[in-house]
Amino acid sequence: MARIGVFICHCGTNIAATVDVEKVAEAAKSMPGVAFARDYKYMCSEPGQAMIKEAIEEHNLDRIVIGSCSPRMHETTFRKMLKGTKINPYLLEIANLREQCAWVHTDKEKATEKAINLVQMAVAKVANNKPLTTSTIPITKRALVIGGGIAGIQAALDIADAGYDVTIVEKEPTIGGHMVMLDKTFPTMDCSACISTPKMVDAGAHPNITLKTSCEVEKVDGYIGNFEVTIKEKAKYVNHDLCTGCGLCQTKCPTKVTSEFNQGMSKRSAIYIPFAQAVPSKPVIDAQACLKLTKDKCGICEKVCPIGAINYQDEVKYTTEQYGAIVVATGYELVDWKKMYPEYGGGKYEDVITGLQFERLVNASGPTEGHIVRPSDGKEPKDVVIVKCVGSRDPKKGKSYCSRACCMYSAKHAHQILDKIPNSRVYIFYMDVRTPGKGYEEFYDNTRKDGAQYIRGRVSKIYKEGSKLIVKGEDSLIGRPVTVEADMVVLATAMEAAPRVEEVVSKLGISMDKDKWIQEAHPKLRPVETQSAGIFLCGTCQGPKDIPDTVSQAGAAASKVIGILNHDEMETSPMISHVDQTKCAGCGYCVEVCPYKAISLVEVPGRDGNRKVTKTVAQVNEGLCQGCGCCTATCRTGCIDLRGFTNDQILKEVDALCL
Amino acid sequence: MSIKKDDNWEPKILAFCCNWCTYTGADLAGLNRMKYPENVRTIRVPCSSRVNPQFILRAFQKGADGVLVCGCHPGDCHYATGNYFTRRRFMLMQRLLEYNGIDPKRFQAKWISGSEAAKFRDTVTEVSAQIKALGPNTKFVSPHYDNAVQAKEGGAE
Repeated sequence: MARIGVFICHCGTNIAATVDVEKVAEAAKSMPGVAFARDYKYMCSEPGQAMIKEAIEEHNLDRIVIGSCSPRMHETTFRKMLKGTKINPYLLEIANLREQCAWVHTDKEKATEKAINLVQMAVAKVANNKPLTTSTIPITKRALVIGGGIAGIQAALDIADAGYDVTIVEKEPTIGGHMVMLDKTFPTMDCSACISTPKMVDAGAHPNITLKTSCEVEKVDGYIGNFEVTIKEKAKYVNHDLCTGCGLCQTKCPTKVTSEFNQGMSKRSAIYIPFAQAVPSKPVIDAQACLKLTKDKCGICEKVCPIGAINYQDEVKYTTEQYGAIVVATGYELVDWKKMYPEYGGGKYEDVITGLQFERLVNASGPTEGHIVRPSDGKEPKDVVIVKCVGSRDPKKGKSYCSRACCMYSAKHAHQILDKIPNSRVYIFYMDVRTPGKGYEEFYDNTRKDGAQYIRGRVSKIYKEGSKLIVKGEDSLIGRPVTVEADMVVLATAMEAAPRVEEVVSKLGISMDKDKWIQEAHPKLRPVETQSAGIFLCGTCQGPKDIPDTVSQAGAAASKVIGILNHDEMETSPMISHVDQTKCAGCGYCVEVCPYKAISLVEVPGRDGNRKVTKTVAQVNEGLCQGCGCCTATCRTGCIDLRGFTNDQILKEVDALCL
Repeated sequence: MSIKKDDNWEPKILAFCCNWCTYTGADLAGLNRMKYPENVRTIRVPCSSRVNPQFILRAFQKGADGVLVCGCHPGDCHYATGNYFTRRRFMLMQRLLEYNGIDPKRFQAKWISGSEAAKFRDTVTEVSAQIKALGPNTKFVSPHYDNAVQAKEGGAE
């Protein structure tokens, strides 16, 4: 017979105010197997724990029930306490008398009755608990970073500096992401490329960092400490081991297509290095544009390459690597405003551009070498309209959320126009001006002092009259319609999650919110963790944010990764499935339902009467099993069971509750 | 079988709640001091897919008047796909029980996330009222199991 100790906590008055705790402790004394029961003011406190330990010795208890707050709160506390006693930490059950009894009821009599019932349930369960021991799994001391924008680069650098190998997987031919496209950064006006390209070079040259550009994550198996990731390397058609990056091929290539890096405002060749400071600074061939690959003509790049690095037969390659932790930094894209806002021309007018296109226009290394000119006729605009919240804060047409960076970069654009074009005028249509950040409000104030005219209201229509763009809107502060004759319009378009982020999310087994931003484990207390252990996130894949926030989040994610890689092995929960192989019929139903592919069928020697035979049975990989118990409900012979939540334990709970 | 009306009769409702969503949501309801009927008792399971059909049958045999199975919203399962299995098993189980004369309202599945404390309160309040209106479950109850059940049978005419 078990010798169960029952300890009922008052939790100050949190439980005791609604539940007659003395009565519960008294009732527990007559429950089957209970050798000792008492109540106490605070069980979790030092004296409370000492009292429990004493009672264990004095009354020779072999398992305990604590009636207190939710097991989600203090189960680990009490398990730790038991480590110093003769009782195995898993011979403990907690009756949730606070969150699910005292706090949700008012009738003391009924609440006490329920509390007794809950203790009864815990007593019935604990009597069937078995001692469990944790096991350890080794940790692969390498990290994978998915996405090579500023978030991914920063996270990789921080992890690599701590001494661990990092791989950056980037789908584009170069790392750098969006930050390297920007001209100056608010509020300090330092040049974006000047602060981001050194980081790209650092990442490229770091002995602990491997760059995998033009690559994507194909498949993710395994679990924290032991991920097995298959990486797909797209065909580059250039052997990067041979290529010196001389760039002769791209100067000779006759095919020109629009440049992604310059946001469609210039041309690039079919064999190309995306931009001058790209890392790696080696070209790839755009298979859709290349004449050799599409029509089997041309072949000039192969002829001019001095070292024979061109390989038109290049194919997709797959490699599988082991990692201990993963950082997701897949970033954002701008919404396609052309479909959402036909009233702004829907892309008909060349001089209606996005903020990112403006960044390229104003950038010294951009298509106009930093001269702000109209894309249509190359003339300098005098009157520029900036429209904010295009797609943001507009649930009817676009996204319900605020994109957070636009207020500040619009102020910066206004400042740059007023600075670079003498006698220019800038009109900013806004809904609210949001400047929460260090030095942000001051920057906005200065922009207004520079002469930018802020008009509160939305723009209803943009159309062309001669060479002018007519912008019609409303000034809602004076309640009148406003018309501005503009030479150029800059739209502050909303950020949205990177395209195909859902594929990454499903491969990793993490979750995303309604807008496809990746879901953090807790919005306040676990902001860089995901629901899956060992997988972290940083940057705009979690939601719109500016560069300072992205970089600090990347550092936070890196420190979490380092915290894992710093250990040689980790403890695993013993509350996992196990198979009684003598009863298993080898049907394999459990194999099919397991979300972690933790169960496999194996051949084991067995006996049929006197004959030696081999039989097929299920086997659980203890490192992979996460303890959901989904398999247990499929088993027809009842031979697969979940430790800590066995069929027997739960049936006893049901019985106790139905008394 | 008609049931004697007894206004003081309280149903006994078992709620199997997954540790990650609904049990957390129920804890949050407590944290927010929301109020709901005392007749609902939760059994904590790691995942709603841990709920073996055997548990449900046993509950009805032993005199439970209603059984709830609660988990994360489909697509949000902590264990990726567990609650999809719960959903399929639930559909079969509910049909089996209905075939055996148990009102489908007595066996319900609900998806309640860790942040939906109000939904937890509303769900258990509503289910409790529905089952109270149905009266005691006598269908599967096997009289030699325990006295409480016999007392309940005695209440039936």
